Amino acid sequence: MSALRPDLAIIARHIEPGARVLDIGCGSGDLMATLRAEKQVDARGLEIDAAMVSAAVGRGLPVVQGDAGHDLANYPSGSFGYAVLSQALQTMDRPADVLEQLLRIGGKAFVSFPNFAHWRVRANLALRGRMPVNRALPESWHETPNIHHLTIADFRSLAGERKMRIERSWYLTGGEQRADWLANLLAEQAVFLLSR
Amino acid sequence: MDERFGPDRKVRLLGPVALDSGRTFAPVEIAYETYGALNADASNAVLVCHALTGDQYCASDHPLTGKPGWWARMVGPGKPIDTDRFCVICANVLGSCMGSSGPSSEDPATGQPYGMEFPVITIGDMVRAQELLVTHLGIDRLHAVVGGSMGGMQTLAWAALFPQRVARAVVIASAARHSAQNIAFHEVGRQAIMADPKWRGGAYYAENDPPTAGLSVARMAAHITYLSEAGLTEKFGRRLQDRADKSFGFDADFQVESYLRYQGLSFTGRFDANSYLYITRAMDYFDLADPHEGRLARAFADTATRFCLVSFDSDWLYPTAESRRIVHALNGAGADVSFVELSSPFGHDAFLLDNPELDRVVSGFLGAGA
Repeated sequence: MSALRPDLAIIARHIEPGARVLDIGCGSGDLMATLRAEKQVDARGLEIDAAMVSAAVGRGLPVVQGDAGHDLANYPSGSFGYAVLSQALQTMDRPADVLEQLLRIGGKAFVSFPNFAHWRVRANLALRGRMPVNRALPESWHETPNIHHLTIADFRSLAGERKMRIERSWYLTGGEQRADWLANLLAEQAVFLLSR
Repeated sequence: MDERFGPDRKVRLLGPVALDSGRTFAPVEIAYETYGALNADASNAVLVCHALTGDQYCASDHPLTGKPGWWARMVGPGKPIDTDRFCVICANVLGSCMGSSGPSSEDPATGQPYGMEFPVITIGDMVRAQELLVTHLGIDRLHAVVGGSMGGMQTLAWAALFPQRVARAVVIASAARHSAQNIAFHEVGRQAIMADPKWRGGAYYAENDPPTAGLSVARMAAHITYLSEAGLTEKFGRRLQDRADKSFGFDADFQVESYLRYQGLSFTGRFDANSYLYITRAMDYFDLADPHEGRLARAFADTATRFCLVSFDSDWLYPTAESRRIVHALNGAGADVSFVELSSPFGHDAFLLDNPELDRVVSGFLGAGA
């Protein structure tokens, strides 16, 4: 796949041609454009930022400006094969409800997020007593859109509580995929494929 | 040279148009303009629909005012609706007064102007008349229908009535129904016209002394709804016009008053009071969900048309919530839909004004997958 962000490249690789995909928080539509061009996927987008939406529509992509926090309720159940929520779960007011919506709208859901249990984050907090600022979490605490930090272990536990099945998982460090071993300590980002 | 295409065209079509009221209307005269060339397979036609007080002169100078077309910034060579690529059609709506059949045109049955004998029409009726024109031009499927405000209502009606003839629909600063507030403002305008003694029950054409006072007040009231409070404050504030002090009388002391009076008066030079009654009524009756038990999604069931909706954050006449309602319905119908709320200080009028984001959205949407 072309120069997609690494978590998006994993998602793009695992969506089959011709699928129907709702990309939530699609930005200016990089994933959608790739899916449409390379896999004839019927991809639709939802994005909160008007400038991003204009950019995506300007390149011919069907994107609706809206807030995943409440607008997902308006999408009919089972209307998509996949719902994608990349790097946005930690910005949601009610992340668990959003996950429920993803699985209601799409049969399956891809979710990617930065792992707050990465060893550098832990070291920052433990040794310097400061909130982390790094590749995966680039803004300082008072500017970050992230309001619900989570870890890979947290995500697994929430999925269990909500009876969501984790079909697959991928872990990334420095943009490279890594083994599952000690992922909660060593991975900067995670990508999960959920279903019911 | 195909006489059907070019500036300042007019055609008499036999029709009839089956009106929503149950009546039929024929023959139908439609005045229109086209810009750019229709391609060999007639697949590059873009129909532009005008707003309440607009007309077919979207990209050429207005014959009565001499001013540039109302969407000259949007329609033209290399512009967002690119006449180098598209054959753009803009028609004066049924009921209006710039050459299409309306209350001021001659009733062939009597040889007199229709006046109030003109049938009450709807947005759907306007679209049915346009459909006759599109057929006359030899076009099966429009590459796009584009409209703002009432033009957006026509665009939605096109997609609902003739889905197989509309590949793309661009709906700007519009709504799928007229709200009680919208109807209320229109009623103020109509009452102003009908209260003018010169209105004479609509039969004023012979006198050559039309109800300009009433029409001017109607326009003033409507014009306020096209602007925003912030825009008015920025433009006029409480500044006085050509004087140092208040007159303690009822002259136009404030700049905003003389601005409105000018807007009202200049409007009467180019618009017919009866047309204003008929067209505002058509808008008031507009509710696309009405024939579908109030379920807007059903108006677009199984549509293959791609939709793009744009609203402006300072538009209180057709606020963003109305566009969102359409977007939700289209999502419910599984339609391919884009939507963005753009920022502008200019209220409802923003769709007529310079807005680079709007340009980008419209040109991108029209160009993609062509």
